[in-house]
Amino acid sequence: MSEPLLRLEGVFTDIEQYHILQGVDVAVPAGEVTMLLGRNGAGKTTTLRTIMGLWRARQGRILLDGRDIAALPTPVIARAGVALVPENMGVFSDLSVEENMVLAAVSGPLDRARLDWIFSVFPPLKTFWKLPAGNLSGGQKQMLSVARAVCEERKLYLIDEPSKGLAPAIVGTLVKALKDLKAAGATILLVEQNFSMARALGDHVAVMDDGRIVWTGAMATLAADPALQEKLMGLSMEGGHG
Amino acid sequence: MTELAPEHRPTFSRASLADRLSPHAPVLLLLALAALGWLAIDQQSSWLTLTVSGLAMGMMIFTMAAGMTLVFGLMDVINFGHGAFVSVGAFVGVTALMLMPGMTAEASIWLNGFAVLLAVACAMLATGVMGYAFERVIVRPVYGAHLKQILVTMGGLIVVEQLIYVLWGPVEIFIERPAAFQGAITFAGAALEKYRLVAVALGLVVFLALRLTLKRTRIGLIVRAGVENGEMVQALGYRIERVFIGVFVAGSALAGLGGVMWGLYEQVITAHMGQETMILVFIVIIIGGLGSVEGCFIAALMVGLLQNYVAFLAPKAALISNIGLMAAILMWRPQGMTPVVKAK
Ligand SMILES: Nc1ncnc2c1ncn2[C@@H]1O[C@H](COP(=O)(O)OP(=O)(O)OP(=O)(O)O)[C@@H](O)[C@H]1O
Ligand SMILES: [Mg+2]
Repeated sequence: MSEPLLRLEGVFTDIEQYHILQGVDVAVPAGEVTMLLGRNGAGKTTTLRTIMGLWRARQGRILLDGRDIAALPTPVIARAGVALVPENMGVFSDLSVEENMVLAAVSGPLDRARLDWIFSVFPPLKTFWKLPAGNLSGGQKQMLSVARAVCEERKLYLIDEPSKGLAPAIVGTLVKALKDLKAAGATILLVEQNFSMARALGDHVAVMDDGRIVWTGAMATLAADPALQEKLMGLSMEGGHG
Repeated sequence: MTELAPEHRPTFSRASLADRLSPHAPVLLLLALAALGWLAIDQQSSWLTLTVSGLAMGMMIFTMAAGMTLVFGLMDVINFGHGAFVSVGAFVGVTALMLMPGMTAEASIWLNGFAVLLAVACAMLATGVMGYAFERVIVRPVYGAHLKQILVTMGGLIVVEQLIYVLWGPVEIFIERPAAFQGAITFAGAALEKYRLVAVALGLVVFLALRLTLKRTRIGLIVRAGVENGEMVQALGYRIERVFIGVFVAGSALAGLGGVMWGLYEQVITAHMGQETMILVFIVIIIGGLGSVEGCFIAALMVGLLQNYVAFLAPKAALISNIGLMAAILMWRPQGMTPVVKAK
């Protein structure tokens, strides 16, 4: 197997005095979707934030294309082609939808073709293009957050629980958008609690618990093995009865 | 696709009057204040004189306050040393002006105006450079620690004031405005000091330039986004600390400009003039909503007007009136008139 686009090797992250990540090893192969599952508080968000440089790894390596990015400042990591859709969406409410998008396109003006695609998968963004993003509904904010990440071609997309708190119809919209993205060859590390969404998109799975990866494998393996699902989903879905 | 997310067709129902007015409440309040002054002051000509004077004062306070409110909004830094830039700006600007007697003695709008612009440029350059050093040496080591910021920036202020004593001596300096800006014009029976009109125009230019920068440029977008969520701005790929230094320098230069304007207004400058204006600056940025340039602008004009009206009607109550205004506005909107959204 060729070298994955992103590889975490023995990553430890502390938040204040707490040891949150305790040796995370995970590989994200290029052009595929890797799901990061795990119960609440397992450390999924912390893992994404550590990759983005928003938390600092105390120990371990984070290799993007073979280059260790663990000590780089966040903006440099972003410019290396890593886009984050954060758990809280991180939409700028005082800025219009348009301004949010303009800001996200760091390497130049917004690409027309991509924008047309974004409007086709997320029509509300077109409707509310000039409105302050703070006026959008939760689902529309999530669309904007994803749209910001995909408005330019990136090497790696880090997407944190996009379905959180959204109605099934909107989740369907997001799945459709991410499927398009995947079909275009994007590399995605996706945190998701919604297993049907995870199954619809994922190629690989890494399950976390207590700041470590406890299982990795193919999504097909997990999907075909109800007993394993039961065991791991107990970890990932129910919130810790294990 | 469509059955998954049926295109949402919002119906824009007619918003209630209160809803539509709410975003404009600060401006309406400002107009109401002017109207109230008009009712309280019998003579229309006095009212006009006081209003122009209040607007001029407001514009100057705004010029001094704009940088401070942005620095707070963007990096959560309380700079108690901001007044130092006002004083230094005034001393550098006035000194520059005094070095050009040939251009200020004769009443020529162009020559005098050019001299003032030159003086302003010197002042802004000096305070801009000083702002850069101040940020690097004094503010940078105390990010995220408010108490330390207050202590350290106050210390910086004292040092700068003492340096002014060393360089310019301990006594206040009296100055004359360039000839073309002396005296008053009469309009509708009211005497309007020329210099105040200039100050109003200058303040307006500063506000519009700032607004345009914030609304229309990428740097402006980054600043506005950074006030709300600096982490996300970095995750998009912008080095926010560089933007912050830029804002700090620009804010310091504006304070320097405000210092020159204030010095020419009062016609006397002292090392602690910056510190004295800071009381009004604080009131203004709190009323306006910390981090909001527009709120700061309206608040500055309100404070200027109120100060002048009350000083005319009941001289002893002038400063109290502004603290009263602050209390009233905070009871109505605890985050200030135009609250700034903050992530988390
Ligand atoms: N800012 C913080 N300060 C202290 N502890 C934190 C902070 N952020 C996260 N933690 C702790 O780190 C652990 C991992 O949190 P993290 O957000 O990574 O979990 P998660 O897997 O994303 O959970 P969820 O599914 O609920 O989003 C939790 O125990 C959490 O309480
Ligand atoms: Mg999380």
